[in-house]
Amino acid sequence: MKNTIKTLIVMATLVLYSCGGGAQEKKVESKKVETPKKDKVEIVEAEPEVNKGVGPVKNVEVAEAIDAAMVARGTELFNTKCQACHKVEKKFIGPAIKGVTERRSPEWIMNMILNPVEMVEKDPVARQLLIDHNGSPMANQNLTEAEARDILEYFRTLN
Amino acid sequence: MKKLINSLIVLALVGTAISCSNSESGGKSNKGALASSAAEKVYVAPGEHDEFYAFMSGGYSGNLTVYGLPSGRMFKEIPVFSQFPTSGYGYSEETKPMLNTSFGFVPWDDAHHPDISQTNGELDGRWIFINGNNTPRIARISLTTFETEEIIEVPNSAGNHSSSFITENTEYVVAGTRFSVPIPQKDMPIKDYKSNFKGSLSFISVDPEHGHMDIKFQLMMPGFNYDLSHPGRDKSHGWFFFTTYNTEEANSLLEVNASQNDKDFIAAVNWKKIEEYVNNGGGTMMPANYAHNVYDESTHTATTTMKKEVLTVDPLKVPGAVYFLPTPKSPHGCDVDPSGQYIIGNGKLSADLTVHSFDKMIAAIEAEKFDGEAYGIPILKFEDVLAGTVKSGGLGPLHTEFDGKGNAYTTFFISSEVVKWKLGTWEVIDRKPTYYSVGHLMIPGGNSRKPFGKYVVAMNKITKDRYLPVGPEMEHSAQIYDISGEKMELIYDFPTHGEPHYAAGCPAELLKNNAKKIYRLDENKHPYAITSPDQAKVERKGNEVHIYMSTIRSHFTPDNIEGVKVGDKVYFHITNHEQDFDVPHGFSMIGQNSSELLIMPGQTKTNTWEPKKVGVWPFYCTDFCSALHQEMQGYIRVSPADSDIELSWSLGED
Repeated sequence: MKNTIKTLIVMATLVLYSCGGGAQEKKVESKKVETPKKDKVEIVEAEPEVNKGVGPVKNVEVAEAIDAAMVARGTELFNTKCQACHKVEKKFIGPAIKGVTERRSPEWIMNMILNPVEMVEKDPVARQLLIDHNGSPMANQNLTEAEARDILEYFRTLN
Repeated sequence: MKKLINSLIVLALVGTAISCSNSESGGKSNKGALASSAAEKVYVAPGEHDEFYAFMSGGYSGNLTVYGLPSGRMFKEIPVFSQFPTSGYGYSEETKPMLNTSFGFVPWDDAHHPDISQTNGELDGRWIFINGNNTPRIARISLTTFETEEIIEVPNSAGNHSSSFITENTEYVVAGTRFSVPIPQKDMPIKDYKSNFKGSLSFISVDPEHGHMDIKFQLMMPGFNYDLSHPGRDKSHGWFFFTTYNTEEANSLLEVNASQNDKDFIAAVNWKKIEEYVNNGGGTMMPANYAHNVYDESTHTATTTMKKEVLTVDPLKVPGAVYFLPTPKSPHGCDVDPSGQYIIGNGKLSADLTVHSFDKMIAAIEAEKFDGEAYGIPILKFEDVLAGTVKSGGLGPLHTEFDGKGNAYTTFFISSEVVKWKLGTWEVIDRKPTYYSVGHLMIPGGNSRKPFGKYVVAMNKITKDRYLPVGPEMEHSAQIYDISGEKMELIYDFPTHGEPHYAAGCPAELLKNNAKKIYRLDENKHPYAITSPDQAKVERKGNEVHIYMSTIRSHFTPDNIEGVKVGDKVYFHITNHEQDFDVPHGFSMIGQNSSELLIMPGQTKTNTWEPKKVGVWPFYCTDFCSALHQEMQGYIRVSPADSDIELSWSLGED
């Protein structure tokens, strides 16, 4: 019987609201209660090279030797487009760059540069990095894929 | 328990009845199926785009507003003739020159008639032009950046009203004077106006590549009031038509004294003929002084050049260049149909519309059938050029637009209505009330060879009870009518900002894919730009302190500055290093005698601050830029004027 009453109450409520109601009825929406998250979660990745991230870059061929011309272009691009938030040796607004090619796959790095908004939405590592860096978003600097590749080459020299 | 269940059932049922009947009888929207179909026509679902852009002049706001049709949503206010703290336009060092004139810095104007550039008589979506009526100026606005790029002052003009209409390949933007004045200006009795004052009609050439404007010639006409104008198109391309009033040449109580003549004129100007005359060395160069302000997109900076002469043309020196077409009752609007055949003069003190025929005009000119002359300019016979009269039954016709399907739509100010009539037969097809006292109307492309005749927007002068009252002053109201059928259907009301006089509209497709999203940092040629935060610096030049600053979400580089002193003039040169669409940063400094800046991605802007008090003073970003926007702030230490603290600057630990 209790169940019937409950059902009826729910029904009555539904009916009242479903007609669109007048201004006197305030719409009541249930608020999502977020479960408190831990302040910091260690990102442990067994095989970083497996995670290619989300974005236009599916596969990057990285030669053994470093391409000096690409490094030169990449350095210039990094200095103008990235270093407002990233330092090589230390965490600044975003993470330190040093060693990034050991922590992440080439595809992940390029996708993070080219597609930061979707990366933060869909890639758990990118999302955690955002949380770890005070919610500062990675800016989309509208680079081309070739430019992101040059920056990746520069990063390879920083390990 | 059963009782409880019963009462709940009753509650549910009653509740249903009450709540549903409430929503059905709620407000004025109870118009059954008709109302809901009107709603569907104007409803643009969240996230979807409008079919048309509408650019409405702001009148006394001095600016241009951008709306979507059919939704009536306002997207942007483009600052043109008025200072605009929202972006810093007219306050920033880069944009202050845009408002320079021969009268000095004039931070306001009365913006009237926008017109979109055309190629072959069709809208091409490159630029939009608009006139400043009060201190005569013409502005050109880019339709990729939606920013004012150029303003040229018009000398020898006063009340720049029959402007800014463009010829069908944007050869010229035309600006006619409403008030005649002594040319050149001189100290003389006002009562000697008659036959001593002149009216100038300016043909301003438009560079086909950059759009840069230059006054090609000014036609010095008799001292009438040149009210509105439109270019000939297609078959009448090469001609321009201007309505006149006050052919009485009264200088006082015009309300009465300029309404004496039964007919005034439409002036028909063969500008191709005058252009040829000028190209062959004709015309008289006259000393003048007027400002030409050009904004350079690569330096993000405007400069003013004072021009010192203007070429004038006496119409009597170019035979066959100008004729007068008698038109009843102080005509206001002067509109040309898409074929170029019909020139419509709306006699604002009349009930009827006068339609002149271009072919008949040419025939009368060739046959030299003149009915006298005015100041040496031949007057054609009214009957010889008349194509027909629209017996409208309305009062106070003002403006006409066309749907490209053989119909014309005319506004009637006094009787508050839009009247649809047929070109050629002159029969009235439909009439619908407007709310209230309609001025201009606009059909996208409705003054071109190719109108998009789906909606007409009526721009009303008086609002009264259309919206919730907000004190004595109301925003003006606009109404949208669906004109896809035989009868017009009023489908929506929306408020407009300032006082829209004319408007111009075009399909969204023409512009939306060309709209600029960012300024590329690597194309930034601003002399004070820094393209990398490690170039940030502070320099002293006497009592001027120049701060080269950069922004990115969400910090300024530098954000701590010391060594500034009372009495200094501080220049903030701020480059926004974002390269992502719609991520501007703002900048404001406590106590600035100026406005904030809103700096677009990749852009550099400058404003100044003259610190008056010793202390440590904050600045911050005014545009909510990220989750850490509140943290986007900094401090400047201001020391006494005789302090010897050296300039220093930093960000974080560096």
